Amino acid sequence: MGRVVLVTGVSRDVGGRFARRIAADPGVDRVIGVDVTPPRSDLGAVSFIRADIRNPVIAKVIAGQEVDTVVHMSVHAAPEPGAPVSRTTMKDHNVIGSMQLLAACQKAPGLERLVVKSSTAVYGSTSRDPAMFTEDMGAKRLPRSGYAKDVLEVEGYVRGFARRRPDVAVTMVRAANTVGERVSTPLTDYFRLPVVPTVLGYDARLQFLHEEDLLGVLHHATLGGVHGTFNVAGDGVLMLSQAVRRLGKPSVPVPTFAFSGVSNLTRQAGVRGLSGELTGLLTFGRGVDTVRMRSVLGFEPTYSTAAAFAEFARSVAPSPVPNPWGPVRRAPAPAAVGTTTGDDRG
Amino acid sequence: MADAEVIPLGTRGKPGRGTGNSKPSSAARNLAGSGNQRRKPPAQGRPEQPTEQPTDQPTDQPTDQPTEQPVEEPAVQQPAAEGRTPVPEAEPGPVEVRDRMPETGIPVGDWLQAIVSAAVETFGDRWEQRLAETLAFLRRRVTGDFDVDEYGFDVEVTERFLLAAIRPLKEKWFRIEVRGAENIPTDGGALVVSNHSGTIPLDGLMTMLSVHDHTGRHLRPLGADLVFRMPVIGELARKGGATLACHEDAQRMLCGGELVGVWPEGFKGIGKPYSERYKLQRFGRGGFVSAAIRTGVPIVPCSVVGAEEIYPLVGNVPALARLLGIPYLPITPFFPWLGPLGMVPLPSKWLIEFGEPIRTDSYDEGAADDPMLVFNVTDQVRETIQQTLYTLLMQRRSVFS
Repeated sequence: MGRVVLVTGVSRDVGGRFARRIAADPGVDRVIGVDVTPPRSDLGAVSFIRADIRNPVIAKVIAGQEVDTVVHMSVHAAPEPGAPVSRTTMKDHNVIGSMQLLAACQKAPGLERLVVKSSTAVYGSTSRDPAMFTEDMGAKRLPRSGYAKDVLEVEGYVRGFARRRPDVAVTMVRAANTVGERVSTPLTDYFRLPVVPTVLGYDARLQFLHEEDLLGVLHHATLGGVHGTFNVAGDGVLMLSQAVRRLGKPSVPVPTFAFSGVSNLTRQAGVRGLSGELTGLLTFGRGVDTVRMRSVLGFEPTYSTAAAFAEFARSVAPSPVPNPWGPVRRAPAPAAVGTTTGDDRG
Repeated sequence: MADAEVIPLGTRGKPGRGTGNSKPSSAARNLAGSGNQRRKPPAQGRPEQPTEQPTDQPTDQPTDQPTEQPVEEPAVQQPAAEGRTPVPEAEPGPVEVRDRMPETGIPVGDWLQAIVSAAVETFGDRWEQRLAETLAFLRRRVTGDFDVDEYGFDVEVTERFLLAAIRPLKEKWFRIEVRGAENIPTDGGALVVSNHSGTIPLDGLMTMLSVHDHTGRHLRPLGADLVFRMPVIGELARKGGATLACHEDAQRMLCGGELVGVWPEGFKGIGKPYSERYKLQRFGRGGFVSAAIRTGVPIVPCSVVGAEEIYPLVGNVPALARLLGIPYLPITPFFPWLGPLGMVPLPSKWLIEFGEPIRTDSYDEGAADDPMLVFNVTDQVRETIQQTLYTLLMQRRSVFS
């Protein structure tokens, strides 16, 4: 008998694709997708249940459908494009939703596995960071606001859950910044800006995970049932300056103290893509050690950091601002650009 | 605009008078005398012309006759604007042009030769290949097509810019003499432990360069978090191969087979007063020793003589330093009194000696958690460096030679 998988956050692109992908797996009998809003894309064999995970009704779904695996993908960094959702609502959804979901999971006797999509944002970004964070290290300065804090709190609840239900294999996937043609996160929106502001005097080390690899690792974790926390990122690091040059976009160095101000200004002007939360990451960067991902989880990403970013760069429309470095980089781009610009928001 | 009927102020419309009140100055009369034959046609009746003359005259006065010609040019152009034909009559024009031509017209061959010789000068005999390499390098930088390791170390930039920039300082300014370079392992992880001095950590840079020039390996420095907090400096440090001085990074690098450099005295060492020169400060908590024991790599003691004298630290402003968030604010005999000039390091003679490696692979893994052993090894390293410093100081003839 195959597994019955419940996936939260299926109305988002990544969640929906993951649900479809896992539904196609022969080892899975049924996939139930849950989200607050109905999905915009076709979910195929996935049965969709419109439910708010902040509501105890989710417990009935888990019990009634005899779910044995829960994949929690509903902790989001930013609201969906176009949705006027405040930061408070986001936090509510991320943290309270996770709490309710975990409470429901705790009451479900048939539950065997829990997979949580977390983020390397829990490590924060400071000047005192080690070059590479392993799973055992904590943030040098705990994130005090925003998505990173949400993730940190959710992880805390997940650890609590793992203590109370030792019979459930809990896999926590700390994914590095996901990039891809259809990914819309604060960081990808940032790279899609026509002119990319950088932090004056700093060059951050960045790691990327290709969207296919994110789906791959969640798939792997869902079927593998390995207990533990795992960093997942493509191999190698890319400097921010390097990434911007590979995009062929002009960059404007902005002093640290002005960076948050500039991002607030641009947000008020209706430009999506620059968020004050990125300041730390874009200043000091972050690297995570992925040894355990290979040795314990047994997952091998297809794309390295550089390859994932190259794939992403192909989908990014070239900057409308003439760039002195442009011609060198622009040459291979045009073929891909025309076909993909419409999917930017995906 | 030149042909408008402007009656300038101060002349009351009378031609030939500068101010209108008094006789023309002697300069004006001189000028009128010399340019007589050409002045005649314009004098036929434009009121502007006189106004130009007086304004021209003072500037003409100090110069001598031949150079007057170009300055008189505006006066000659006056009829040209008026009648539109007499342009060819303006004789001095062509003469002037002929004067200028040879100046700008350097033959193409000369240019080429100059470029080639400049290229040979900068790149040496195989300049064509070197130039191509440089262009390829620039292209890689511009397109971001280069690799950095997980610490952000950029080999290309380090070798081509950072090390190349300080090499003249090492060879010409400090005339560094390196001894015992054969004690640096040619491969595998090793920990170079050095004394720290000089107000600004130039000794670290010089040790990096010396290691690279003598063994071809890159010394990967471990720096305080202040280094990485500072803009530009932090960025350059990462590009130059540095990483944060913490257990995790030290062990990670040593496990990766890198040659790691530590300066356990830290800010206590570089910020100590000149009167305490060559007296080693406390070697921290011996964290570097436990990292070496855990990874089983040898410790190479390194003694640097000469760095103490580059910026003799005679004073400190602790209050201001605290305000700026830096460990000390140096006052040297030249800084801040001479401003930027005070930041030129004194050209002391440097000696760098790498001592015999101290092996740590005989200890077992648990030895790293034995504080007694760690302190003993720390003291052994410290004593070795201190003794070598005294020996080198005896051998050095004077500070600057």
